[in-house]
Amino acid sequence: MIRLSGVGKTYDDGTVAVRELDLDVRRGELVCLVGPSGCGKSTTLKMINRLIEPTSGRIEIDGQDITGEDPVRLRRNIGYVIQEVGLFPHQKILANVMTVPLLHGESKATARERALELLELVGLDPARYADRYPHQLSGGQQQRVGVARALAARPPVLLMDEPFGAVDPLVRLRLQDEFLRLQAELGVTVVFVTHDIDEAVRLGDRVAVFAAGGRLAQYDTPARLLGRPADDFVADFVGSTTGLRRLQVIPLDPAHLEPLDGVSVGDLGAAIDIDTTLGEALTVLLRDDRGMVAVKRDAQFVGVLTPNGVHRALRAALAEMATVS
Amino acid sequence: MLGDVFSYLTDGSNWSGSTGIGTFMVQQLLLTVTALLIAMVLGLPLALYLGHRHHGGTLAVNVTNVGRAVPVFAVLLVLALGPVGSEQFGPYGRAGLATLIALVLFALPPIITNAYVGVVEVDPGAVEAARGMGMNGAKVFSSVELPLAMPVVMTGVRVALVQVWATATIAALVAGPGLGRIITRGFANHRTYEVVAGAVLVALGALVLEATMALVQRYADPMRRARVSVTRSSPTAVGGPR
Ligand SMILES: Nc1ncnc2c1ncn2[C@@H]1O[C@H](COP(=O)(O)OP(=O)(O)O)[C@@H](O)[C@H]1O
Ligand SMILES: [Mg+2]
Repeated sequence: MIRLSGVGKTYDDGTVAVRELDLDVRRGELVCLVGPSGCGKSTTLKMINRLIEPTSGRIEIDGQDITGEDPVRLRRNIGYVIQEVGLFPHQKILANVMTVPLLHGESKATARERALELLELVGLDPARYADRYPHQLSGGQQQRVGVARALAARPPVLLMDEPFGAVDPLVRLRLQDEFLRLQAELGVTVVFVTHDIDEAVRLGDRVAVFAAGGRLAQYDTPARLLGRPADDFVADFVGSTTGLRRLQVIPLDPAHLEPLDGVSVGDLGAAIDIDTTLGEALTVLLRDDRGMVAVKRDAQFVGVLTPNGVHRALRAALAEMATVS
Repeated sequence: MLGDVFSYLTDGSNWSGSTGIGTFMVQQLLLTVTALLIAMVLGLPLALYLGHRHHGGTLAVNVTNVGRAVPVFAVLLVLALGPVGSEQFGPYGRAGLATLIALVLFALPPIITNAYVGVVEVDPGAVEAARGMGMNGAKVFSSVELPLAMPVVMTGVRVALVQVWATATIAALVAGPGLGRIITRGFANHRTYEVVAGAVLVALGALVLEATMALVQRYADPMRRARVSVTRSSPTAVGGPR
């Protein structure tokens, strides 16, 4: 879907922000670019919608070299969300979200309908929020509007530059969750910049770890990134808490559950879904402090997870990582 | 004394004739408005464009600011004695052209500075978002930069207007047109009440202009409705569930 080959960017002052970058993003994939501040993540992202022109290499979207395209037209088909959100403060929320459909030449009525739909989709009740001004919304709400605005023209590609970087951690977790659901629902291809490795492994289908100077240190699935860092830089960047982080990417498996037999319902705390990760299961286990947690699939209990089960799951996952690659 | 001023101002015969208050007031108002419009036509497009490009504005601001450092009196004198001359210039009166040019020069700095700074200081996030969503330069300017810069731009125009009005008074010192003539005439004839009456008229004029501009400015501010809606709904609007 998106392919960067040998892309480089040297700024006028001689700063090499990105050097010889090869990166491909598949259709419908959510790819996170992560790395320390100043390593060229934003520069890379902005070369994809040509807010910045590369000094070398080639960028293709859907097999089309984008350097030949009119940048304004190109951007209309690429959603763009930034940390500063950048809502237009003199316009109501509805007008903000209508902007891109109107740029596409949609009628006012169509744009309006689409905007209302989008507000609903990002979890903002149009009846309450459509007529407000941006400064009347919290930071988290503003960023929802930012996402709605970017998606309003149904772009096949969405670029996001630390979109949840300015909201507090709890809100961020919720926005991440909702965004994952939204992305899966819409099937939009996403390139997501963050400096937060937790966010990257949580959201990304694949994660590109950048080192200073726009060097791509590793491009892999979250599990492989955490399990087998390509070099010391990556190992260092993903950090000493890798073990715990890894739990966030290991799925539950019925094989690690114990049967429900002999357990009275009173011994069970909150039930978790079989689709959650080991990390979340462990969180609930620790929180409820009952020695076990019920696991269900579609409202059907499938077993209980005990600390032993967590241990087994962890060992199985490690063994699996050791066999890949 | 105050009584003399009052009776001078209320005596209809002082208002009529080619050297009456009426003529001078019309001259000064014409001079002020014309100079302001010319300065806006010359300064605004340039400054707004440079602001949009984020480039070259500092130079423009500095060049026009040179005007601020030179006394009005000197500029007027040079112009009136030089090639422009001090002849009658249509309805603008004697030395009208020299006065107009000087006033335009003095109106430019606040207009250019505020227009440039106003656009440059528009929230960069809003501009980046606008460009990122596929607005071309003209659209970014008209939909985002200009509306958001409007209060600052208008403040520049307002400062220029009041400044030009006050400066136009000084024009009379080079035997030019305008209300200053009443003041100089009063001085020359040792009629203090006439001097005071002239000063009062100038001050009142400045107040009226200032008030008019404040009104215009309020209605030209695109954020006005946004601000109004804060005061109207703030108790419930801000906060709310995330
Ligand atoms: N317009 C610019 N001119 C010169 N250097 C820049 C410019 N923009 C960014 N840089 C530099 O390029 C490098 C990469 O920047 P950026 O892509 O913003 O990094 P990141 O988003 O990963 O924090 C940094 O060293 C930064 O200082
Ligand atoms: Mg950045």
